[in-house]
Amino acid sequence: MDLFEYQGKQLLARFGVPVSAGEAVETVDDAVAAAERLGFPVVVKAQVQVGGRGKAGGIKLADSGDQTRQHASNILGMDIKGHVVRTVWIEKASDISEEYYASFTLDRAAKKHLGMVSAKGGVDIEAVADEDPAAIARVHIDPLVGIEDYHCRQLVFGARLNPAARSGAIAVLKQLYKAFVALDADLVEVNPLILTPDGRVHALDAKVSLDDNAAYRHPEFEALRSLSSLDPRERAARERGLNYIGLDGEVGIIGNGAGLVMSTLDVVNQAGGQAANFLDVGGGAGAKTIANALEVITADPKVRSVLINIFGGITRCDLVAQGILDGFGTIDVKVPVVVRLDGTSAEEGRAILAASPRDGLMSAATMLEAAARAVELAKSGQEA
Amino acid sequence: MAIIIDENTRVVVQGLTGREGRFHALRNRDYGTKVVAGVTPGKGGTDVEGIPVFDTVVEAVEATGANAAVIFVPARFAGDAVYEAADAGVGVIVCITEGIPAHDEARFVDYVHLAYPGTVLIGPNCPGLISPGKCNIGIMPGEITLPGGPVGLVSRSGTLTYQAVHELTQRGIGQTTCVGIGGDPVPGTGFIDCLSRFEADPDTVACVMIGEIGGSDEETAAAFIASEMTKPVVAYVAGVTAPAGKKMGHAGAIVSGSKGTAAAKIEALEKAGCRVGRNPSQIGELMAEVLKGT
Repeated sequence: MDLFEYQGKQLLARFGVPVSAGEAVETVDDAVAAAERLGFPVVVKAQVQVGGRGKAGGIKLADSGDQTRQHASNILGMDIKGHVVRTVWIEKASDISEEYYASFTLDRAAKKHLGMVSAKGGVDIEAVADEDPAAIARVHIDPLVGIEDYHCRQLVFGARLNPAARSGAIAVLKQLYKAFVALDADLVEVNPLILTPDGRVHALDAKVSLDDNAAYRHPEFEALRSLSSLDPRERAARERGLNYIGLDGEVGIIGNGAGLVMSTLDVVNQAGGQAANFLDVGGGAGAKTIANALEVITADPKVRSVLINIFGGITRCDLVAQGILDGFGTIDVKVPVVVRLDGTSAEEGRAILAASPRDGLMSAATMLEAAARAVELAKSGQEA
Repeated sequence: MAIIIDENTRVVVQGLTGREGRFHALRNRDYGTKVVAGVTPGKGGTDVEGIPVFDTVVEAVEATGANAAVIFVPARFAGDAVYEAADAGVGVIVCITEGIPAHDEARFVDYVHLAYPGTVLIGPNCPGLISPGKCNIGIMPGEITLPGGPVGLVSRSGTLTYQAVHELTQRGIGQTTCVGIGGDPVPGTGFIDCLSRFEADPDTVACVMIGEIGGSDEETAAAFIASEMTKPVVAYVAGVTAPAGKKMGHAGAIVSGSKGTAAAKIEALEKAGCRVGRNPSQIGELMAEVLKGT
């Protein structure tokens, strides 16, 4: 789960990371009131989970209540790369001498925590990594040991930070790492981490991504999630306990197992179509799950056909077939549905479907045949 | 021969008395696997259809000579179960459980590797592994496999593995061992570990490797294949059309920026001399061609 900047900052502040005072608001009037409480100048910052908001005009300095009003009204409702701004963060403006980059994440290849610091902050770090990899200092940290001072020294000296920033940066790195582990974060990133003219080191931005698998031991995750923007299709699927991701195509997909579903999206694409979604019903899905999945998929107006691709392992194809018939019984399925069943109880499943023919419901023998058929039906449906 | 598990493997099931553990352990036993013990704290002295249950893994190992453990306990207890199995001295630990926090996983994978370099940890979040005709540990449907080799298979996926095995079996191509290493960011065992075991296994003639988006394990494996493997490898990578920034079900399956794309992985594998299928059916077709040439 990716957090908004202000959520990330508020969490990092709990671990002692210095951040600017600020308030998150959703209306222009509240923005002006917050700015007056904080004292001018302030920065009005769009809260969206996408990079490049500065360039898009989503970050503005304001010296007065009127300027705050003007910027907040421009930014609230602004569309930044498909993300509509619903919240702005009003923050006391900082004096900046230098801008750095700092982050902690998990390095999958090394199976260790990875700390990174660069003196080239405030810009896209991937670009720095491509153009000037030596400008990024990296250190691996054994997750069983945790961070030691030498890790921080290696980062701060390795990145050649201004000597005036050293002790402050080391302190911030230790706090950031503590937050990274204690919050069960996949990533904590501060870009820029600034050095102020009076020698303080301070987080001016925060990107925090939390591990959903750890939600059970962090009751606060749920409140953070409810604030983050979800596709309405994704929300409906989540309420039904389905693993769903909305995409832009016209072929609705239901499958079991993440790899098989990904592969199904690819095969639909090769057949000349585009998937409308990723939906993994998981292992051991029963009739109810399948009927729910069918309901979520067919509620999407862009969907012109549905492809159900099941390879039964723990999942039993006879239960899947029953779920499909149940779905046809309770919801008005207006688009054709192509079903491919293989694996556990596949013959029984196919027999159940064959015994109860429904308009628009058809079987296919293989995954490739099913994909070709679903794409063809989606296209003829569009023409009709 | 087979890799990692065979007819001498004796399995203790952690979480045997739970719904999932019971169901799959009995299926594994029906397949012919030597399921010798179960562990559920507080239920020691009972049994599940004749499989004795112990309170701790160490007791189970002492009493039954178990040399492999399979873990079916819920995510919040899975880390504890891995440490317990490792300290009890079993040589193979298969962690089926999905949804384990990544920080926990990083710690226990690290611990097993540092403290017990000889112990093989498969998973977490994996379907397990099967040496057809000898031993099946986990949730794979044994009936879709074909014993006798000559193909060794390693995969990051679950059901996609079944699809691939199905394609091989349909063409009469058998398997030595099929390993599902799992879709999490920090798998205990990776592609390279399995590929090097297949390279050393006299009965394995060729390998299938199934990857997916996210991370750089496929690229690293490609480099290994190019420099260390004499046996041919047929590969497949799922997620060519997956958009950046969306986690495709598996915690590890995400394209971030330009990193982790299927296109880059396919290119690296082809450069390393692998035949790369564009859909799961081609895995079977390409393997049939490869075996004709060997």
